[in-house]
Amino acid sequence: MNKIASINEFVIKFANVNGSGSASANQMFAKGIFRSGIPVSPKNIFPSNIQGLPTWFEIRASEKGYLGRKAGIDFMVAMNPQSYAQDVAEINPGGYLLYDSSWKRDFKREDINIIEVPLTSLCVDEFDNPKTRLLFKNLVYVGALSYLMDINQDIFIKLIEEQFKGKEKLIAPNIQAFEIGFKYAKKHLVDACKIKVNQSNLTDGMILTNGNNAGGLGCVYGGATVCTWYPITPSTSLAESYKKYCDQLRVDEKTGKNKFAFVQAEDELASIGMAIGANWNGARAFTATSGPGISLMTEFIGLAYFAEIPVVIFNIQRGGPSTGMPTRTQQSDILSCAYASHGDTKHVMLIPSDPKECFEFSADSFDISDRLQTPIFVLSDLDIGMNDWTCPEFNWDDNRKFDRGKVLSKDDLDNMESWGRYLDVDGDGIPFRTLPGTHPEKGAYFTRGSSHDEYARYIEDGEVNARNLSRILKKFEGAYKFLPKPIFKQETNASSNGLIYFGSTEAAMQESLDQLSSSGLPIDAMRIRSFPFGPQVWDFIDQHETIFLVEQNRDAQMKTLIVSEGSVNPEKFISILCFDGSPITANFISESIADVLSNKNTAKSAKEIK
Amino acid sequence: MTYIVKPANHHPNLEKNKLGLTRRDYEGTISTLCAGCGHDSISAAVIEACYDLSLSSDQIAKLSGIGCSSKSPSYFLNQAHGFNSVHGRMPSVATGANLGNKDLLYLGVSGDGDTASIGIGQFMHAARRQLNITYIVENNGTYGLTKGQFSATNDQGSKSKYGEINTLSPIDLPTMAIQLGAGFVGRSFSGDKDQLVPLLKAAMKFKGFSLIDIISPCVTFNNHVGSTKSYDHIREHNESISSLDFVPIGQEIKTNYAAGTKVDVPLHDGEMLTLEKLSKQYNPLDKGQAIQSLNEAEKNGKVLTGLLYINPDVKDHIEILNISDTPLNQLTENELCPGSKKLNKINASLN
Repeated sequence: MNKIASINEFVIKFANVNGSGSASANQMFAKGIFRSGIPVSPKNIFPSNIQGLPTWFEIRASEKGYLGRKAGIDFMVAMNPQSYAQDVAEINPGGYLLYDSSWKRDFKREDINIIEVPLTSLCVDEFDNPKTRLLFKNLVYVGALSYLMDINQDIFIKLIEEQFKGKEKLIAPNIQAFEIGFKYAKKHLVDACKIKVNQSNLTDGMILTNGNNAGGLGCVYGGATVCTWYPITPSTSLAESYKKYCDQLRVDEKTGKNKFAFVQAEDELASIGMAIGANWNGARAFTATSGPGISLMTEFIGLAYFAEIPVVIFNIQRGGPSTGMPTRTQQSDILSCAYASHGDTKHVMLIPSDPKECFEFSADSFDISDRLQTPIFVLSDLDIGMNDWTCPEFNWDDNRKFDRGKVLSKDDLDNMESWGRYLDVDGDGIPFRTLPGTHPEKGAYFTRGSSHDEYARYIEDGEVNARNLSRILKKFEGAYKFLPKPIFKQETNASSNGLIYFGSTEAAMQESLDQLSSSGLPIDAMRIRSFPFGPQVWDFIDQHETIFLVEQNRDAQMKTLIVSEGSVNPEKFISILCFDGSPITANFISESIADVLSNKNTAKSAKEIK
Repeated sequence: MTYIVKPANHHPNLEKNKLGLTRRDYEGTISTLCAGCGHDSISAAVIEACYDLSLSSDQIAKLSGIGCSSKSPSYFLNQAHGFNSVHGRMPSVATGANLGNKDLLYLGVSGDGDTASIGIGQFMHAARRQLNITYIVENNGTYGLTKGQFSATNDQGSKSKYGEINTLSPIDLPTMAIQLGAGFVGRSFSGDKDQLVPLLKAAMKFKGFSLIDIISPCVTFNNHVGSTKSYDHIREHNESISSLDFVPIGQEIKTNYAAGTKVDVPLHDGEMLTLEKLSKQYNPLDKGQAIQSLNEAEKNGKVLTGLLYINPDVKDHIEILNISDTPLNQLTENELCPGSKKLNKINASLN
């Protein structure tokens, strides 16, 4: 029997029943590989449900650092008879299937290696409590895998000790469960698996975390004091991360009082309304939501845009439209955020591609929002937000100061003859703000979403209103100067073909570009990190005859945005679209591009390719 | 053009309050509401209350939603920051503003459409959170700005200007607010300044959610025979259950209420509310009784006014959330940004 033999390059998948405690064991396994020094990208593929339905956990380990999702499974841990058929079908020839052989099965695949571990029987023999038996099955297979793949068992022992710190009673039985699996494999499964993990140092200076954890932390570092939110998958954990870090870092030691406010609102309308109210008062405030929440918030977003109130909105995108696929990923809210709300509105978007950028863009967003006095979207997605990524450590420059933008102090007001809230003094379209309570006689004005003049007075004079709208546009057009610039994969352009991508697609991109290069199809690549687009984006488009635009949505939303915002020829764009809710793969991107370049077939879409 | 500045000139000998300010200093721009609108009397009462309490306008934030009522914050307190938000959403904006700076005094001005229909969810949750706000509902039972549709507070059987009879039962905002745990609930009538001004003063001094539902007739769309929110109807059916005096700290309590009818309610900072019960049985500290009385009055076609319910022991939203004594908008980088050393520790916890 052929056995896939691989060191530090493989995909392992766990098929479980949700609510069975598998997620933490699977995460522990991923972390075990990470601590062995090998970059990993665990992906939790879960149902919108609490208990009883199939759930999967995929881990790609790659010493080359290729961390995009990869179709085809090298090693399957099949724990859910409900999904056996589909799980077994996914295994690559020569791959491995580990299953609970307490109930033996014939999987009718001659080309894979079956590894039998009687997980249930082992647990029944060792543990009395039925619930414990169920939970510990997961650790038993982690133990078996540790032996099979040569992962140092001390790493797992330490992980168990860390996980149950404070609940010491649980440490011993968990270690016991792990060791049951390890010993069983050592006794019965010698040489069963040729996929191995060799200790390395590739994860030195790296962390394993998810974008929502990073985003919440970034809000703490960015000086956010108010988080108002409404629970919605996949954004909830960002708000919870903010709270977790505030509890550690923002409680006054002397008084025990909070230097933050954390309010679960009654709905998304209230959550954005509160964030706007707090920012109006000069407290940095944000809300976190996903597509349906954005739809509900749009009236308020227009108010903040028109009344020029800073506010930061995290959109952790999920599969749409409507309720859509709440637990799957997409990049399908580009347009609904860029142009959120009625009337002429345009919004600044920051588009992070990994947890490190989630941290940075989150902290930056408050400066940018204060500077521009407008809503800022941080457009992440479920893949970045909820899955752990191997990424560089966070860092912070202690000399950095918050940029509060143009806010007038009492002294400023004392030294001014006249002031207009919406007066463009500096020629950049950005007016000066005052905060309530600053000065006893000066600087009060009426904030409103109705048409107003430079002095914030209600007007119905169309010309004055048009003048104000034009000024706001001017402000928007200069916004790119404050935003993260695009990232280029090459130092100088070398191809007439360009590729544009953004967000979580980054995970698959290097592998894809390497595949294209080795097929003799090198291509220049640019990652967009913000909207409005700056000159570098337009130059890149100008400099290439053909632009492949890779997006994880059906309607090529980024292309629509580019075409509507710049004077570019729409004909030069070829869209590579993946919108099945799974993170895009390198093979999908490179095969799509290779097909087009070799056949000159320009009508590719995800549907046709898949 | 509906922004009309009032001339600043005034008589040199106008009476001044403790801050040396005259009533004129508390005014806003000239009202563009219909002549005789109840809302303008409420604006005048707000001016009177702020003047009497010697409040600094710059320490007040006035917020509103959308509708005729929500225009009225322009017509008082020129030196206060104002926020005319979106329809029915003033409570959330005020909640956020309060989180950002707990030290300002928040005056929310809303209407019956803004509060009892589109904004009823936010209203209820603001009451439930004990947002520290004086929440004024200028209640006229009709949508004035869109020309006379029934609102959700309009009484069943009441007739519209166009002869249509309202078939739906009304929402009673004070009853709802009491049930939701609001700490201070009153009702008044725009035409009864003597009752309204002390009620407003007490509400502004109360720490927690204070609702004042003010029946404020719409002269254009809901002041006809057959309407239960007309000046005539309210004058005939108003049943005042208490009269109120607000006694600032350190000031002697001088009321000439008959013995046995007086109730003193101490407020947070040592100030005192003195209440004369016009109905001997009525106890405004009793939640159950307040709700029962409101239900009975409604059944009898009466409009119960005065301080309906007060719970001086409530904790406001800021206290519930244990927020720092320094308002959040005044915390600096040093207090907010944990710095690189702590970040390195966090990095260490993630590898």
